[in-house]
Amino acid sequence: MFRNTYDSDNTVFSPQGRLHQVEYALEAVKQGSAAVGLRSKTHAILLALKRSSGELASYQQKMYRIDDHVGIAIAGLTSDARVLSNFMRQQAMSSRMLFNRPIPVNRLVSSIADKAQVNTQEYGRRPYGVGFLVIGGDKTGPHLYEFSPSGNSYEYYAMSIGARSQSAKTYLEKHFDSFADCELEDLIRHGLHALRETLQQDKELTINNTSIGIIGPGGNHEKAIPPEAPFRILEGEEIDVYLKMMVPKESADAPATAPPPVAPEGGESAVAQPPAGGDEDVQMQE
Amino acid sequence: MPDGSFSHPQQRQFNPYTENGGTILAIAGKDFSVIAGDTRQSEGYSIQTRYAPKVFRLTDRAVLAVNGFAADGNMFVKKVQQRLEWYRHAHAKDMPLGAIARLIQTMLYGRRFFPYYVYNILGGIEEDGTGAVYSFDPVGSYEREACRAAGAAQSLVQPFLDNQIYFKNQQAPAGQSHPLHLPLSDVLAIVIDSFTSATERHIEVGDGLEIYVVLTKGRPTQDLEGYRGVKELTTRPDGDRVFLIQRELKKD
Amino acid sequence: MDHFPLSWGRPRNDALDAFNTYPMHKRPTHHDTFADGVQRTQQPIVTGTSVLAIKYKDGIMMAADTLASYGSLARFKSIQRLHTVGSSTVLGASGDLSDFQYIQSLMEDLIIEEHTAGDHHELGPAEIHEYLAQVLYSRRTKMDPLWNSLVVGGRKDSKNFLAYVDLLGTTYSSSSIATGYGAYIAVPLLRNAVDGRENTLTEEEARKIIVDCMRVLFYRDARSLNKFQISTVTDAGVTISEPIQLETTWSFAEGIRGYGAQTQ
Repeated sequence: MFRNTYDSDNTVFSPQGRLHQVEYALEAVKQGSAAVGLRSKTHAILLALKRSSGELASYQQKMYRIDDHVGIAIAGLTSDARVLSNFMRQQAMSSRMLFNRPIPVNRLVSSIADKAQVNTQEYGRRPYGVGFLVIGGDKTGPHLYEFSPSGNSYEYYAMSIGARSQSAKTYLEKHFDSFADCELEDLIRHGLHALRETLQQDKELTINNTSIGIIGPGGNHEKAIPPEAPFRILEGEEIDVYLKMMVPKESADAPATAPPPVAPEGGESAVAQPPAGGDEDVQMQE
Repeated sequence: MPDGSFSHPQQRQFNPYTENGGTILAIAGKDFSVIAGDTRQSEGYSIQTRYAPKVFRLTDRAVLAVNGFAADGNMFVKKVQQRLEWYRHAHAKDMPLGAIARLIQTMLYGRRFFPYYVYNILGGIEEDGTGAVYSFDPVGSYEREACRAAGAAQSLVQPFLDNQIYFKNQQAPAGQSHPLHLPLSDVLAIVIDSFTSATERHIEVGDGLEIYVVLTKGRPTQDLEGYRGVKELTTRPDGDRVFLIQRELKKD
Repeated sequence: MDHFPLSWGRPRNDALDAFNTYPMHKRPTHHDTFADGVQRTQQPIVTGTSVLAIKYKDGIMMAADTLASYGSLARFKSIQRLHTVGSSTVLGASGDLSDFQYIQSLMEDLIIEEHTAGDHHELGPAEIHEYLAQVLYSRRTKMDPLWNSLVVGGRKDSKNFLAYVDLLGTTYSSSSIATGYGAYIAVPLLRNAVDGRENTLTEEEARKIIVDCMRVLFYRDARSLNKFQISTVTDAGVTISEPIQLETTWSFAEGIRGYGAQTQ
């Protein structure tokens, strides 16, 4: 693998004004399987592609519940995600303990962004190798945020992270205008279409490799969601009905352009080539 | 000194405790559990409020009643709830009743030398589907029982329950034995009678009554339907279910 | 060190409390002033008396007189005991006024921190009350109490909120609340006037109830003053009135044995 001169320490800028360790951390996010998030006036949802290391193995966990009103999807190092999600849970619970109030989602995201920023500046640390999509509901409605190891966080109408997420982004950019007024079912369908774009050829979304996280009132296919409508993760048989709603790719409603065999971004294409016969989306290039 | 201050050691201490009255009780049935408490909160002869809940839903199968020093009680419930939330994060399911009971004992004993001045009664459904009641003292001693009353009117209510639930001092009809478990309707009648009586005879009991009923998974609910204003608090389908019945008590 | 002035040594008669700063039978009698490295609040020094508050149709109303007593001495006669917190909450305090000033500074810090977040998630009365309850409870658990009874009232998102918290961390909410002697003297009057009418009482009616109770308290509570402020919280925000002087009548006292000139 190629090396840069100014990359052994994240506290040192390169002459171009870049922090290479931080950029490598952003690469680590791209190694993880994709996650997609989108938002309507009533709902915010997450969709994620779960990997499995083989036929005999179980699938990884891509989504975490933080509180009744917040959930996340991750891409990158799962162990780093566990540290950060536990921190978020602590923040959420301390807000409930101190003020008896669900923590405002933007403050929760800022708190981990601040934490991540410290790792880009202090000697002897390394940035987190994981990115989050965070959805949450508060008085001002549903929200979607992206958190990245660089310490940045932004709010989005729709966003994707992880391997080949650019393809999903292309789909979302084409359709996000219509998301605001979508029913939950339509929103999920759009999300699945976007997530599908990140798949390798000959792979498809199944009840085993797909997770759906929802903030907002219960949908037509959900049963017994209490009126507070807490964050929930749908997996397995529950999502079959949504997978069946997807429009086959060749049809008119599918993305205008056929899914690009190689992601358009230069940097990503280098890592987006799966090794021949490899089961996984991405392998580390030695 | 004229005020006698050197004659014996002086003690001056801020007293961190008070007693806020009220009474709680719980009764276990075969496939249900009933946990109830009045809603008056008082200090001395003053009624502070006529509505301060003392009984709390913890999960779809566990309900906790707390009585004694209200500030300790509220804080204790909050801490238990946060421990249960962490359990949910770690295991993606609710903590079983017996485990909650043990958790409460360790949390209470952790404050052995500055106790939470509260009497706890935990009611709900065990993993085998049976109704259960656990009662605690302020420093964590606990046992599983069929019924228990605690609080200001414990001394009025417990003997009544001993008689009505355990059939103490009752002779079974010839050739018959006392039933092992009472039906839900009988238990609810006993609970309501306990509180109306305690309200009559104890100044710290009254104003309102909250009765939580926990039913084991799949149990029919028709014997609850007769009650006015039954509210279901269950959060997940296809499991044990929690209901709340609210009643007025005399306010004098 | 011991901050209680009477323990600093007294010039003459130890049996006599020349300033009447404390009820004599309760006077602290220890004399080793500097024995403790750190002294915690053992008793209130400069104190405020009752706070009254009720819910009414458009919000909540709260009142407290402006007296700060030093024992039985009416030491400061123009001290405000009602404090605005954020844009929808008012906080009233009885008990130790230095502890209250500390609490006021806590509230200021909290609101500044909240304001700097700048995301329109303002703390309402319920959140302020929960926070205060946590602060007071944790201080009592450290055996270092903030010696106050606080009333928190407010209106946010068209919902009225009224609750109490004291030095032990005890909390409750009710449609009428009074601290100190008000709990004995005013609460029966307030409940009589308010219970069941929380959603129909007008501001004028609420004001009359409050003023009547403040008058009764002034007649009966020796640590009170006939000068007080009234605060309201409505959708329009928080108001705290200028001090109001109460009209009182004492001519009847002439006829009471022990008050007026005695004929025999």
